[in-house]
Amino acid sequence: MKSDDPNIKWLDEPKLGLAGRLYLPLVVQGLTTTTRHLFSKKVTQSFPEQRPTFGNPLIYRGVHRLNRDEQGRVKCVACFLCATACPAHCIDIVGVESPWPDREKYPESFVIDELRCIFCGMCEEACPVDAIELTSLFDLTGRSREEMIFDKEKLLSVYDQTKDAEPMRSTTGRDHVEPAPGKST
Amino acid sequence: MVPITVEALIKIAIFLFVMMTAAAYLVLLERWMCAWIQDRKGPNRVGVPLTKIKLFGLGQPLADGLKMILKQEYTPAHVDKVLFTLAPIVILAAALATFAVIPMGSILPADVAFGYLDRPVEMIVAPSVDVGMLYVFALSSLAVYGVILGGWASNNKYGFIGALRSSAQLIAYELPLGLGILGVVLVANSLEPEKIIREQASTGLWFAFAQPLGFLVFLVAAFAEAARLPFDLPEAEQELVGGYHTEYSGIRLLLFLIAEFLHMVTASFLIVILFFGGWHLWGLTGANVTDVTWFQSIARVGVLTVKVLLLILFFMLVRWSWPRFRFDQLMTLAWKVMLPLGLVNLVVVAVTQEYHASIIAALEGLGGQFTLTACIWLVSILSCIAIAIIAPRSGDNRPRFYQLPLRGQA
Repeated sequence: MKSDDPNIKWLDEPKLGLAGRLYLPLVVQGLTTTTRHLFSKKVTQSFPEQRPTFGNPLIYRGVHRLNRDEQGRVKCVACFLCATACPAHCIDIVGVESPWPDREKYPESFVIDELRCIFCGMCEEACPVDAIELTSLFDLTGRSREEMIFDKEKLLSVYDQTKDAEPMRSTTGRDHVEPAPGKST
Repeated sequence: MVPITVEALIKIAIFLFVMMTAAAYLVLLERWMCAWIQDRKGPNRVGVPLTKIKLFGLGQPLADGLKMILKQEYTPAHVDKVLFTLAPIVILAAALATFAVIPMGSILPADVAFGYLDRPVEMIVAPSVDVGMLYVFALSSLAVYGVILGGWASNNKYGFIGALRSSAQLIAYELPLGLGILGVVLVANSLEPEKIIREQASTGLWFAFAQPLGFLVFLVAAFAEAARLPFDLPEAEQELVGGYHTEYSGIRLLLFLIAEFLHMVTASFLIVILFFGGWHLWGLTGANVTDVTWFQSIARVGVLTVKVLLLILFFMLVRWSWPRFRFDQLMTLAWKVMLPLGLVNLVVVAVTQEYHASIIAALEGLGGQFTLTACIWLVSILSCIAIAIIAPRSGDNRPRFYQLPLRGQA
């Protein structure tokens, strides 16, 4: 593009008034703003002592959990839709024939590598029976790689831990439900 | 009897300790100010080492210092090794040496040394230096050598550009700085800091009120000399990585950073001494110099410290208030705004000083000194407005579109 291109629109700076050129009003303006912020309420959340608040923990994408049905069994039917949808290939399911009459298969082993997971929530989207869900637990830590590979029991225990604070989508119709008031994790 | 050399050495030891500690805690203060202005809480975790006592983060300077000292002391292969090591030493030595002539208070009564001394102790390392301000100026100019050496020895383009900018900026702002001081020196009739304070204490009229224009010019120039925002071009992080200390790490970087903070402290001390009456506060400290009570002596130290601290807080507040100048704006401000304003101030001060008695006599019915000060304020405000109307800063140096004759049409 050349400088005489007709498509270039040349703009001039707006002329400063006397106050602008005197610079003093701007000086006062800047100092007032910073002084106001100096004494304003701080937004920092002191993390380990103070748990952060979420806008809506029900749609937060944290650690996974495997939901249980009314009889306490794992809800998963080992359809592999989550494993197929997973872009990070972090879900590993071994499906076997179900001992229960209400479904054909169930997961004998259900393992999620939390280190590979990118927390995109696609597994949750794909699940036809709302068995896998993402909770609002965000401070996931471990001392080794092995510790971060969550098996079925661990995922079910996450459900036990969070079921009261975050009810299952299927039981609440959670797309329409209001978040629990003032809840933090 | 304590010989004068030993007395000076003790003072130096105290001042070094106080200044180094102050610099460390000023870094913490700066981080707090930064955080508060950005609606954060700032460092509040580090307390007493090896315990869980947090103490509002007051242990942070120790942690910061330890971190700096324990970091790898890396010397890049392409640097001039001697100069690379020399630069931070030069800059810190110059910054510390400045404090030799800066009073930290007024004077302690003679009984302070419990019989070891037969004279009152002046709270300054080198008392009665006639060329005090000149000495400060010489050393603050020396600081630029440290910056240039650092930038040059780094053999790094960012470092070098930072050093070049620094030298240009410091040379440009030495002029308004000198002009701001000239008015004060004319009235106080001395270059000695203590005498300048004494002059303000005896009249009770601080020079910031007597010479508002000089104060303005000096304040702006002091910000530029200390290379603080909005004049921190030498180390503009967004453009130059780290400026002249891009290649530095470990203790040598620490020396640079301490020196920078000391520059700010020096600038605050100078502004307080020259324009805010030093240790003087109406009705509290008294104006007597040769004979002071213990209360006055301590009150003077307190007043001076509080004033300097307030000014440092102002420095820090300003840092987060305005964006950085562009380099051409910086230069225009120095040469086309601050220089004329400083000259106007000099002329006004010189005229009122020369014809002071007759002006006061002529204004006798109108309140004398008060009317004179009001007139000086009026002149100052008018000259500021005049500069704003002339507006040398609103120059436009963007590329212009000119209609060139097309080839073949000419």
